[in-house]
Amino acid sequence: MYRYDEFDAAFVKERVEQFRYQVERRLSGELNEDQFKPLRLMNGLYLQLHAYMLRIAVPYGTLSAKQLRMLAHIARKYDKGYGHFTTRQNLQFNWPKLKDVPDILADLATVEMHAIQTSGNCIRNVTADQFAGATDEEIEDPRPLAEIIRQWSSLHPEFVFLARKFKIAVGASLHDRAALKYHDMAVEIVKNEAGETGYRVWAGGGMGRTPYLAHLMRDFVRREDILAYLEAVLRVYNQDSRRDNIHKQRIKILINAIGPEEMRRRVAREFEEIKAAGTLQLPAAELARIAAYFAPPKFEKLSDEMPDGDADFESWTKTNVHRHRAPGYAIATISLKPIGGVPGDCSHQQLDALADLLDRYAMAEIRVSHEQNLVLPHVRKKDLPAIFARLKELGLATPNAGLVTDIICCPGLDYCDLANARSIPVAQKIAERFADLDRQHDIGELKIKISGCINACGHHHAGHIGILGVDKKGVEYYQLQLGGSAAEDASIGEIMGPGFGEHEIVDAVERVIKAYTLLRINGERFLDTYRRVGMEPFKNMAYLDQLHAAY
Amino acid sequence: MATAALQMLTANRLVDGDVVYWRAGGWVQTFGEADVFAVQADADGALEAAKKFVTGNVVVNPYLFDVRDDAGDITPVKEREIVRALGPSVREDLGKQATGLGPPSARWRYRPPQGGGERDDDVSI
Repeated sequence: MYRYDEFDAAFVKERVEQFRYQVERRLSGELNEDQFKPLRLMNGLYLQLHAYMLRIAVPYGTLSAKQLRMLAHIARKYDKGYGHFTTRQNLQFNWPKLKDVPDILADLATVEMHAIQTSGNCIRNVTADQFAGATDEEIEDPRPLAEIIRQWSSLHPEFVFLARKFKIAVGASLHDRAALKYHDMAVEIVKNEAGETGYRVWAGGGMGRTPYLAHLMRDFVRREDILAYLEAVLRVYNQDSRRDNIHKQRIKILINAIGPEEMRRRVAREFEEIKAAGTLQLPAAELARIAAYFAPPKFEKLSDEMPDGDADFESWTKTNVHRHRAPGYAIATISLKPIGGVPGDCSHQQLDALADLLDRYAMAEIRVSHEQNLVLPHVRKKDLPAIFARLKELGLATPNAGLVTDIICCPGLDYCDLANARSIPVAQKIAERFADLDRQHDIGELKIKISGCINACGHHHAGHIGILGVDKKGVEYYQLQLGGSAAEDASIGEIMGPGFGEHEIVDAVERVIKAYTLLRINGERFLDTYRRVGMEPFKNMAYLDQLHAAY
Repeated sequence: MATAALQMLTANRLVDGDVVYWRAGGWVQTFGEADVFAVQADADGALEAAKKFVTGNVVVNPYLFDVRDDAGDITPVKEREIVRALGPSVREDLGKQATGLGPPSARWRYRPPQGGGERDDDVSI
């Protein structure tokens, strides 16, 4: 994985000391909250319902054993013993004290981590496919480009004060695991007809109050031009986006206001100007230098046979183990969705134990997925039984990756200052209702995504079944949406109708799933059936005889 | 029988973000010990007085919120304030509820929606 050079290390260290000084000024009263708030947000520090929250960047979701141990240490020493992995592949601590945050950032800097650009109207943490470098589906590892984008976008002088936040993802597989079409900008690594590798660029996707799928900006950008092209998109956005209405300041609003064709024209003009200036070319040597940091481990020649195990092991491998590019190896998903647990939470003991697991089985790194799970990208198949046994001891062997209980869920009103409703209890109750593994397998692939407010941190627009919590006169209600997808067949879910009370929502979800099992044909997934038959039969089943009361 | 227009005053403590409540010209950590205002002028006066604790860098973001009197049990009207007063509903080992600073009444916690779960057609946003 990427290692800081002397400039990176010095920059992060200086930033810690700058923030330490600003915290001192705040606590002494030299700065008031209005003056301090932008400074803390630039360092990933929010104030939530119960306490401050520190969001730590995990670039393209890659963590080393050393970094896992540091996160465990911080959870133990400064927080309440756990962290929360987010849909941006980051990690959040929910209980840090303001006075301790400079020390936390100093500790993070020792393992090449920080919280810069995890908040505010800037380019946020760059995300990527969690199977990067391990899957046989990809054209090349997307992380070198993600790292180059990270470096280009870190404190970029033109883009530190955008109209709104800006999220970039990079993918390289036909199977989109990075939710590319839901990003402000996405880069897809592709080959052209001549067999050359380059980049397809998308822009204008997003969730929130006004969801849109991204529009194609350019089908093929040559390798050396990619930063110039990304800069052109950002420049048009920065120059032309509204700044008078917070709900209309994302790039998706600009593109859909002027139209994708006009956006492409404006970007092309900027792109030609940047190219003519001869700046921002990406030299092949620099790309190769960065790519070397992500060189795959030296794979041994191993038997490709899957080892035998008990029924629990078989069940786990069925859903949580995926094909690897090298014979004898596998990719293993560690579910952070235990039945009845909090999606994405991981204790300090688990973080430490996972670091030991990486060391013991000679794995250099672990990945965070935007679906709030962890991934071991390079596992020897012969080690899988022992790894599974250890994960089981740690409570991390839930065999549900991609199934109905593998639910994306934002922190919701249990933690978040913006939330209108709790989301975690709904996820827990749905998981408990569908805990039976045979039933989960009978239902098959089904992605439920829950957000506690319209900001959509829980990606409800992209759920096969999406759930949005709303506040109605102080009481929690939940809207259902059906038919969303964040994968290569991306779509935006359709709102079913009036919301359900907290005590009704799990039953309603169960009835929707029951409708699917009655309607499906020929091994269809839930999403396939929904796309074939539409909303009506699901709606009729979800509301039952209460439908008349809703209108 | 619930009565309307009761309010309380809350903020977050600057140094650690902890939830605090207004009582007799200062701040306490416990919801159950805090002042309840039945008169708007009293609530506004407390909010005004709280500003000196903002300029004094003791708390941030003080605001009034609605509570109701359920047969002598003072409870927030909104779920948000119930969660702030107790801690995360999904982790009873965290927040004020874990330190004995949360309200003691079992009735207090996450009551069912008012109106018996009647479906409402006005929730889309």
